[in-house]
Amino acid sequence: MIQRQTIDVASLPDHAFGSRSIMWWATMCIIAIEGSVFAIAIASYFYLQGNEEAWPPPDTALPGLFWPSINVAILLLSLIPNELTKRAAEDMRLHDTRRWMTIAVLFAVAFVIVRCFEFTSLNVSWDSNAYGSVTWTLLGFHTVHLVTDLFDSLVLAVVMFTRHAENSRRFVDVAENAFYWYFVVLSWIPIYLVLYWVPRWL
Amino acid sequence: MRGIQSALEPAGVQAEQIANLWTVFLIVTAIVYVVVMAFTIAALLRRRPAIVSNATSPAVRNTVSAAVGLTVLILFGLLTASIFTTRGIASVPDRAIQIAVTGKQWWWQVEYDDADKSKRITTANEIVIPVGVPVTVHLRSSDVIHSFWVPSLHGKRDLIPGKRGQTLTFRADKPGVYRGQCAEFCGYQHANMSLWVTALPFADYARWIEASRQPSRIPSTKTERKGQDVFMSSPCPLCHTIQGTAAGGKTGPDLTHFASRRSIAAAMFPNRPGFLGGWIVDAQHLKPGSQMPSIPLQEQELQPLVTYLESLK
Amino acid sequence: MSEHGAHVGDAKPLEEHLIKEETKVGPYSLPGDEVRHEELEKMWGPAKGPFRWFMQVDHHILGKRFIITAFIWFGLGGILAALMRLQLSRPDNHFLSADQYNQIFTMHGVTMMFLFAVPIMEAVAVYMIPMLCGTRSLAFPRLNAYSYYMFLFGGILLYVAFFLNTGPDTGWFTYPPLANPEFAPGKRVDIWAQLVNFTEISALAVAVEIIATILKQRAPGMSINRLPLYTWSMLITSFMIVFAMPAVMTCSFYLAADRLVGTHFFNPAEGGDPLLWQHLFWFFGHPEVYIIFIPALGMVSQIVTAFTRRPVFGYTAMVLSQVATGFIGFGLWVHHMFATGIPALGSSYFTAASMMIAIPSGVQIFCWIATIWMGKPVYKPPFMFVLGFIAIFVLGGLTGVMLASIPLDLQIHDTMFVVAHLHYVLIGGAVFPLFGVLYYWFPKMTGRMQNDVAGHISFVLMFIGFNLTFFPMHKLGLIGMTRRIYTYHPETGWGPLNALSSIGALVLAMGVLVYVGNAAWSWKKGRIAGMNPFDGPTLEWATSSPPPPYNFIHVPVVNSLEPLWHAPEHQPLVTGLSTQEKEVLITRTFDAEPDHRYTLPTYTPWPFLAAVATGSMFVGSLFTPWAFAIGLPIAGAMVTAWFWPTTAKKEGELPGRSEREFPAEQASEVTT
Repeated sequence: MIQRQTIDVASLPDHAFGSRSIMWWATMCIIAIEGSVFAIAIASYFYLQGNEEAWPPPDTALPGLFWPSINVAILLLSLIPNELTKRAAEDMRLHDTRRWMTIAVLFAVAFVIVRCFEFTSLNVSWDSNAYGSVTWTLLGFHTVHLVTDLFDSLVLAVVMFTRHAENSRRFVDVAENAFYWYFVVLSWIPIYLVLYWVPRWL
Repeated sequence: MRGIQSALEPAGVQAEQIANLWTVFLIVTAIVYVVVMAFTIAALLRRRPAIVSNATSPAVRNTVSAAVGLTVLILFGLLTASIFTTRGIASVPDRAIQIAVTGKQWWWQVEYDDADKSKRITTANEIVIPVGVPVTVHLRSSDVIHSFWVPSLHGKRDLIPGKRGQTLTFRADKPGVYRGQCAEFCGYQHANMSLWVTALPFADYARWIEASRQPSRIPSTKTERKGQDVFMSSPCPLCHTIQGTAAGGKTGPDLTHFASRRSIAAAMFPNRPGFLGGWIVDAQHLKPGSQMPSIPLQEQELQPLVTYLESLK
Repeated sequence: MSEHGAHVGDAKPLEEHLIKEETKVGPYSLPGDEVRHEELEKMWGPAKGPFRWFMQVDHHILGKRFIITAFIWFGLGGILAALMRLQLSRPDNHFLSADQYNQIFTMHGVTMMFLFAVPIMEAVAVYMIPMLCGTRSLAFPRLNAYSYYMFLFGGILLYVAFFLNTGPDTGWFTYPPLANPEFAPGKRVDIWAQLVNFTEISALAVAVEIIATILKQRAPGMSINRLPLYTWSMLITSFMIVFAMPAVMTCSFYLAADRLVGTHFFNPAEGGDPLLWQHLFWFFGHPEVYIIFIPALGMVSQIVTAFTRRPVFGYTAMVLSQVATGFIGFGLWVHHMFATGIPALGSSYFTAASMMIAIPSGVQIFCWIATIWMGKPVYKPPFMFVLGFIAIFVLGGLTGVMLASIPLDLQIHDTMFVVAHLHYVLIGGAVFPLFGVLYYWFPKMTGRMQNDVAGHISFVLMFIGFNLTFFPMHKLGLIGMTRRIYTYHPETGWGPLNALSSIGALVLAMGVLVYVGNAAWSWKKGRIAGMNPFDGPTLEWATSSPPPPYNFIHVPVVNSLEPLWHAPEHQPLVTGLSTQEKEVLITRTFDAEPDHRYTLPTYTPWPFLAAVATGSMFVGSLFTPWAFAIGLPIAGAMVTAWFWPTTAKKEGELPGRSEREFPAEQASEVTT
């Protein structure tokens, strides 16, 4: 006869939000990876700038301010439906989650459309000089990041309108997705400042 | 072992300081290694009680702490020695002979600048310097990254396209011939991109400079004249310059005083008629990928051409 | 309780069930495990059918594949090394042409760094980490499958290109402008850039899986200060991968863009800078060395614990040293660039930092020696490999201190001295511990023991062969032999030492062959191992060998750093995880208190198809950037299918958010 202690975990919840959830850690890792990519691209930007007498180099026009500044406004506004999505998901209110998620996705779509105009107002081509190369790359990296998250949100939004929504773990997914959108916004601010204000200020 | 390209056989003050630093590092690290290994072997072989407890003895704890402390001290000592040597080899004298070295795939162009344009000297794969006088080489690249390294005189320095101000200052203290080699992988024939540095007593150096400023020697025999004709009528002048003749190509090495050099093809072969003949007709076989094409010459053309080139003292 | 419903099959005699219980379930069992085992087997078992190879998500299957695939690349890389040693064995040798040699040394470096060293460390972790953590599976099993296929496709791309005479030939570091289109026409460098994409995606994905597994899926009670040192090392390594790999992804993107769409990142004529490449590459490249080396430190600690029969001395110091190595590893990259002419003050900082990293390495070496001193060494092959590691790595570390000194570096940088140094730290520092730990974990993975005599022979051959090959290279570098040269003159005097080195390479290769032969033979014919043949202290030994697909029929509860050395028969166990779903227990990040249950997805072909789509996209981009425009939507569709939920409809109710906290020490007692 052996005495054997056991711990019964059957009564534990089947999901958790925030840093208790494994998805949160995966999201943090992805943020760390993408954040590193942005940091390195920004470092490259300043490194190349250090090699030049003038920035942008002579015969290169400054990038336009209009479209990117509109995008800053869109992104900041998008934080409102995003936060409401997150809260609705954490309270597992399906109806509110659906509504706010749809609105958040619409904001992201608007952002991507404005982004297209933004590229046309960079006033430099990627193959003109190193300034053009790094400017396009920085904006391009952020666009890829944005489009993948938009795609991700779209798919998730569709899922939330199906029967699969009736699962607590979907709400965790939605909450993590909303959390990730904060990073999309947060990473855009420094990139915006670097791309559009550094050539004017420094 | 005698080496012709050895960092352990310094011939100048910079290389000497580095070699001394090496000796310090070697002795210190060798002692560290022997002590660590001795402890490892002792730990394995020591007699131990039949029952080993999991408790940690204070003696072991103290020894480990001491070892860590000692490591920090030793590293600090080595760091200090290293920083002093860095300063020692970096001090640039007021007056140094200025030489421009340009790395090209896969040879070295060497230029002695002078305000008087007619006094400029251009040569290849061989640097002549005086003993006891500091020399500053200005390192540039016209294609990819190379690295200039003559171990007996100094450490290496990269030649980076687009980067100005790459210099290396050294002084040879012993007359002699020192081999150097490109140390940064630069493509196909990276292995065959070497050079010689000849350190001469100052008087000899001055004579060499004077001789090198002269235009090329005028052919004096019939064979030499024929050789010059062959040179001029073949593709050679498209790439090579011979001062005093019509040949003014800039792609390949300047051949004005070709016969005074020790080697051909970036120190790949000794500068002797047999090798030179082979190099001219079969460069692509001897050094595949190099800019020098194989020139299909007949024996009766090749012979005079070699004779002519070997007359360009 | 339901555990008492132990079901014994009617048709078979009782003894057979006992044996089965012994090998399949082990002593960490409760009544009723027979049924539970069958249910779990059904849930967690591998995919079946003709396409099963493309659908597996089990970390044992993928881990084994990872290990074997990495060893295939290791073998190919080794053959390339042998060819180089043959070429250099005597001066003026014409065995290989310059073009062949340049491709071969590049391929050797790329293979060993991108296709062997980092992947094999992750591969071993994919197999072992869930077991060491006491969980049923690696987190994100489908991502794991995807990363395996990406790794496989990357290696195949590289070697297919090589056999088509399009292997990269500008060095594993691929410095522009030599790698710019002007000096490197053709596709050779593009192959390099795409290979980096494949391997980095794979490495990053596995790193995320490992981080999530270690932080969230540890067995209850395995608080952060009870993490085995190997688990610590993989956690630190994975974080390093997360921060280091983006640098190489970014710079290889720049390079590919320069080559493909005419950007000017590295073109000095248009404001670009070749040195930008070197900064970015070494910002990745130096941590890469520690990414390879830190897991090996963890492996050494596992072996030292098991074969000195006592816990490693100075657990906290060891952990802090590993963390410190991880941090300092990011601050050293410029010591690869001293010869480029970095300003003196900056360089001195990098010298100091490069020397400083010797301190945490020293601390660990001293702690192991202290452990051996106080313990009772058992001279099995894994321990011999650790002793070989100490002898070789300490020397490699000391030459590393030399390379940190700017004046010395200016002489020995880019010479054979560096070749000697890097092989001392990478073969001595990583491959020896790897071979040791694979010997140690071989019985766990295959259920069979390797042959000790053959193990000792392979160690002796490898140790002698290694030193014979690489020790002379120190001297060669000092007497002027540069790296990456396909030939040299007899007058240089480098011939004799090179000949010696080539002979050494032969001995080293024989040692590796004996090791691999031993493993292959033992896999089929070795002695049956049993659960814990080496009396290891950590959780991987608390289950049968080889483990069932779900690792543990009951997740053990951990009460110390060496749980199996402390009364295993009283090992507390976790009950209540569903056998009807692939359920794992999520615990809290630091104290590993049970937190909630989480369901993992089942096997599926979508990761494979997504890898095919992304792989084709990368290969297509060798020819046109439009490959991305076509490839991304397809890959997106695959990934959507992969993530599409499969929940069965639950009748009309939304599960409420449970606010209930689980009382930590609540335990029920079962009597068997």
